[in-house]
Amino acid sequence: SLAGFGNLMQDVLWCFSQVKGTIDIGVTEADIISTVEFNHTGELLATGDKGGRVVIFQREQESKHQPHRRGEYNVYSTFQSHEPEFDYLKSLEIEEKINKIRWLPQQNAAYFLLSTNDKTVKLWKVSERDKRPEGYNLKDEDGRLRDPSMITMLRVPVLRPMDLMVEATPRRVFANAHTYHINSISVNSDYETYMSADDLRINLWNFEITNQSFNIVDIKPANMEELTEVITAAEFHPHHCNTFVYSSSKGTIRLCDMRTSALCDRHAKFFEEPEDPSNRSFFSEIISSISDVKFSHSGRYIMTRDYLTVKVWDLNMENRPMETYQVHDYLRSKLCSLYENDCIFDKFECVWNGSDSVIMTGSYNNFFRMFDRNTKRDVTLEASRENSKPRAILKPRKVCVGGKRRKDEISVDSLDFSKKILHTAWHPSENIIAVAATNNLYIFQDKVN
Amino acid sequence: MFVRGLKRKCFDGEEDIEGTLAGIKAIPSYNLQRQSLLDMSLVKLQLCHMLVEPNLCRSVLIANTVRQIQEEMTQDGTWQMINTQSTGQASLDRLVSTDILCRSSREQAEGKHVPGYSTFNKDFEGDQAQDSLETMSTASSVQAPRNLQSNVWEMENPQENKGNFQKSLDQIFETLENKSPNSVEDLFSEVDNSYYDLDTMLTGMMSNTKTGHCDGLETFSSPTTATSSSNCKSDLNELDHIVEILVES
Repeated sequence: SLAGFGNLMQDVLWCFSQVKGTIDIGVTEADIISTVEFNHTGELLATGDKGGRVVIFQREQESKHQPHRRGEYNVYSTFQSHEPEFDYLKSLEIEEKINKIRWLPQQNAAYFLLSTNDKTVKLWKVSERDKRPEGYNLKDEDGRLRDPSMITMLRVPVLRPMDLMVEATPRRVFANAHTYHINSISVNSDYETYMSADDLRINLWNFEITNQSFNIVDIKPANMEELTEVITAAEFHPHHCNTFVYSSSKGTIRLCDMRTSALCDRHAKFFEEPEDPSNRSFFSEIISSISDVKFSHSGRYIMTRDYLTVKVWDLNMENRPMETYQVHDYLRSKLCSLYENDCIFDKFECVWNGSDSVIMTGSYNNFFRMFDRNTKRDVTLEASRENSKPRAILKPRKVCVGGKRRKDEISVDSLDFSKKILHTAWHPSENIIAVAATNNLYIFQDKVN
Repeated sequence: MFVRGLKRKCFDGEEDIEGTLAGIKAIPSYNLQRQSLLDMSLVKLQLCHMLVEPNLCRSVLIANTVRQIQEEMTQDGTWQMINTQSTGQASLDRLVSTDILCRSSREQAEGKHVPGYSTFNKDFEGDQAQDSLETMSTASSVQAPRNLQSNVWEMENPQENKGNFQKSLDQIFETLENKSPNSVEDLFSEVDNSYYDLDTMLTGMMSNTKTGHCDGLETFSSPTTATSSSNCKSDLNELDHIVEILVES
């Protein structure tokens, strides 16, 4: 059911379901999860990591024997999507880290997804094979070629069942179109095109054509010394295939219509919250930089994440957001320390639930936050091994800001800033969430009565 | 994790001290903290030269912060004051508590106006050798980068260092830009040798190593030994020489 976080009668209780990944004290950097994404039905859950690998989990069919257990996610396919490369022209390495994964809607038996690192987007086909042909004429069962002169009869090969094999094959490689680092990819609702955005440019691709892309946004100044703003995220409208938005490091969002001109240098709408001049500090711009932008499923709203807040904007109101939610305002007095240790540049993502009634985003200390837009209530939960007993209900956490710390509270200075939840995903229609905590993937579900 | 240090002695429990602009400026801790933030930012920008391409968003945000500080210091006239302040080693260890900086300007001082940033001074486009930074004191402008590489700067003629701070920001950006050429032409564009020298000194990394594929180009003169941060620059110089020779033949 599309239960919101809190209907009038009862709050949703979140329970631990599964955790994937090792418990090693030392985390291998390659295992750090860098992106998480459910497919359109929620049947598949994909993760990408710093080592360039993609792991896809598939939800098991719910068992009639265990009605209290919702379908579990188990590994379906693992493949190496990107390899490290070396750019000889610039004497620089190109990281294999997967920045984003986006699924295509399923149109046949196979699954398709886009995965990207800093420079190259790839279209992967994931398909099952559970039969194989046997009885070839020209080769024997080991695959060795037969001498044609020795063949005296012909037979028709037959398909015989085999153990299920899941294959991932790269169907398209979209390369050499980005000078700067790709931060976003977004599949268009026409399912024929998609866009890739880097710090300064956005390109439009046709899935069938890999040697050509159209540049639709270019904010690179003629003189790089004049550069003061970069593109931080971009996304297509879920229904209108001519509309997309992109966010900037200055806290602005531009909505563009591709019908107006080939190069969308002029926006159709410009969303910016006026700055409160009395609240200005040296860190104002940095914390206003938008790290993620997401359309609501309805297409009526956009949600943006900056360092301290999540904002929901109405597409019809450009001059200020409709709603602002404080994620961890207790960090406001610590900004200089967070600038010193670079945490202030952490890019947190944000997600909508299926009904657009609840939004979720991550924080530090493996905390993540949910905000119910209707009841205006919020909760802080933690992804940790301590709370990882099957169906254990997650207890709300609280950060103590000053004064007396209560028993269950944690003080700001005790927060572990190396444990950051940057990537989360929400099942498209159910209360199932996936939370990436460094190298572990946690799956939580709402309590089944 | 959090920096402990100078407590806000001047502000503790004394809301009424948030008075005039002059009152704030008389309190050294704000300037010290601001200077500390400036130093930290410059160090961060220089540390961008890693094996992997630096994060452009982060660099832009840091550079904007540096500009903001610089503009405020220019407007306050405290750019002159840097000369008189102690210029000890600017390591991260000496960063002071920056509570004041984290507070909004309203909290810091009634009516204190923090200027918004303008785009970069266009006088610096192109020829970096020219000093067109009229508003900055020539002697005191040495001090900001001096804090970072004090032994290197002492060798320099102060006259050459006019507007060096402004230049250094330019050059950091130039370096970032040159690591991301958007066309083959950029690779072969003219590189000002004097700029290269400044870049070398600014980063202060005087390693002798060059990348492997440059080894065969030793016959071409390069201004100084290549540094790990300006390998790209030396490559450009050498490529430049190659093109010249190819064109001539």
